[in-house]
Amino acid sequence: MKKILFDRIDEPGLNTLAVYERRGGYGALRKALQMTREQVLDELLASGIRGRGGAGFQMGKKVSFLPKGDMDKFLVCNADESEPGTFKDRELMQKSPHMLLEGIVIAAYAGGIDHAFIYIRGEYSYQADILDAAIEEARGAGYIGERILDSELDLSLVLHRGAGAYICGEETGLLDSLEGKRGNPRLKPPFPALEGLYDSPTLINNVETLSTVPHIIAMGGAEYAKIGTETSTGTKLVSVSGDVKRPGNYEVELGIPSRQIIYELAGGPLDGREIKLWFPGGSSAPVLTADDLDVPYDFDSMAKAGSMLGSGAIIVVDDSHPVLEVAMKLAKFYAHESCGKCVPCREGTNWTVKMLERIDSGEATPMDLDIMASVQEQIIGNCLCVLGDAMAMPIGSIIAKYRPELEAHIEAARERAGSGALENVVALGVADASAGPMPVH
Amino acid sequence: MSPLSRRAARQAPPPPASAASDWDAPELPPVARFAHGSRVPGWDDAVDLTKDPAVVPDLATTPVPTGLRETVEAAMARYPDPRSASIPALHAAQHEYGWCSPEAIEQVAAVMHVTPAYLTSVATFYDMLVTQPKGANDVFVCTNISCSLRGADELFRAMNVAAEDDDEITVRSFECLGACDIAPMASVNGEYVGPLEPADAERIVADLRAGKPVLEAKQLRNRPTADPGTAAS
Repeated sequence: MKKILFDRIDEPGLNTLAVYERRGGYGALRKALQMTREQVLDELLASGIRGRGGAGFQMGKKVSFLPKGDMDKFLVCNADESEPGTFKDRELMQKSPHMLLEGIVIAAYAGGIDHAFIYIRGEYSYQADILDAAIEEARGAGYIGERILDSELDLSLVLHRGAGAYICGEETGLLDSLEGKRGNPRLKPPFPALEGLYDSPTLINNVETLSTVPHIIAMGGAEYAKIGTETSTGTKLVSVSGDVKRPGNYEVELGIPSRQIIYELAGGPLDGREIKLWFPGGSSAPVLTADDLDVPYDFDSMAKAGSMLGSGAIIVVDDSHPVLEVAMKLAKFYAHESCGKCVPCREGTNWTVKMLERIDSGEATPMDLDIMASVQEQIIGNCLCVLGDAMAMPIGSIIAKYRPELEAHIEAARERAGSGALENVVALGVADASAGPMPVH
Repeated sequence: MSPLSRRAARQAPPPPASAASDWDAPELPPVARFAHGSRVPGWDDAVDLTKDPAVVPDLATTPVPTGLRETVEAAMARYPDPRSASIPALHAAQHEYGWCSPEAIEQVAAVMHVTPAYLTSVATFYDMLVTQPKGANDVFVCTNISCSLRGADELFRAMNVAAEDDDEITVRSFECLGACDIAPMASVNGEYVGPLEPADAERIVADLRAGKPVLEAKQLRNRPTADPGTAAS
């Protein structure tokens, strides 16, 4: 397959303007500026590219939702890549920063935007330094600033470094953080396309999505749409991590079998181990089992299989890890990162951690699993953003798919702790699952 | 009279980036008010900067190092709303004092013309801004799922043991640092290194004490991409 984003990505000096231009860089911007804004937008719509950050919303549509007319409009590039298992944007920004800048300028032109921000997570300080240098170079060469390449387009670009908060990857949390506040998500609607940064219309896109824009303009939207499947067009960077031989970023055509990514590209599980479960789209995606390895890797097939493509991060867990360990890591992470604004998420993540700790300390009964599952159900859809859901979906799917293992864990831990045999508890009717969740005293 | 819209208030011109003298405090952004005087409510705009008793420290009586003041003012000038500079400003203060001490926050508040409480609310939200004294060197060990599958918890324990009696090295476990390809990994003063073994903890501490680049052979910046098809196409 021909690489698009990763084409000769390791070429030395690609992060400098000279090398990027020698490879034809900023050619797409010149081409776009010869077209009208509407034509550029039409190309984006024709490409069918879906957002690479997690939600998978069509980028062209997002741009078309921006109100027309003369007003302050903002573009925010979401480079706050914090989803566990995801590290594709880091490699893109480090090795080819100008590709992102070119995409930002073209997207700004399509949306009639004159102020752009890149919100990069504070931990990526090396990548931020590279971007800062690239922005300076691009500004010096007239690709950013006033009257870009002698056109009518003006664009200011500011790199904003975050300070370490997972929630700032959520688009409205990111906007509050960029406004200088705590990164609490906002109520939607109004959506950012109408009232976003500083209450003005705002286009928010992921690094990978914006980096693809120059290629869409260069090859034409219709041509780009031929790659991938009908509803998941193009190529995707997949970050494979966990228990595989060759973890790393791989560019694949959407729709190839997941098995091919995990076994052929990432080398499969470590010697002597078997794949137990895997997350197809970051740690927020419901888990899939070894039986699901042949599901095609695209947005719709993953949704049909009961999970999601998310940010395109595959985390592989092999059979040497108890499933409780995985659940505990997840729950603790989301409990720490919950911003605390919505009660179901703040309390739900905390109580899930406590209930998982009960399992390990031998205090739990199988009924705790039912209570935990019902807590997850009550988080989903009841908060301003999906951070709570991001814990509830994988934890819920782990309880559903690995209940026998968790029950065995409960029993073993009870025995270890001397909490009494489970039969005695069952005799009291406490573990009667059919009675539904009961308050625990 | 119709209520002023918050939006109109927000779009009022920002105060000048740098005041002419210490006595010329920057202008307050206007607070949107109803005709009878009470503030137009809005949960995402929790701080009413004109209200007592939240006192904005006076720049004239708060000594601020010139370098810090210039950095903060430059950051404020980059945004349509100068309050957007709170994170860069607190980063600068932390760089200057080693942590976001109450005095550091007070100084930034004086320059930014906001209350210290507002900046404290921001500083306590973000993991990289620290409101407790810490060592000069930061070691963040990623203990999230991908790294822990590959042994990050042992690494974290080893790192804690190695840096136990060095007050200048602060070891923390951290959220996913976005480098699962080199799991288990750590960010040492911002430099990503991995994949690490528990034995590397001693070497990290030794390199830090010697003031050398940390584990140069394992730095992420030198790592080629894993995708085999990138060179050929």
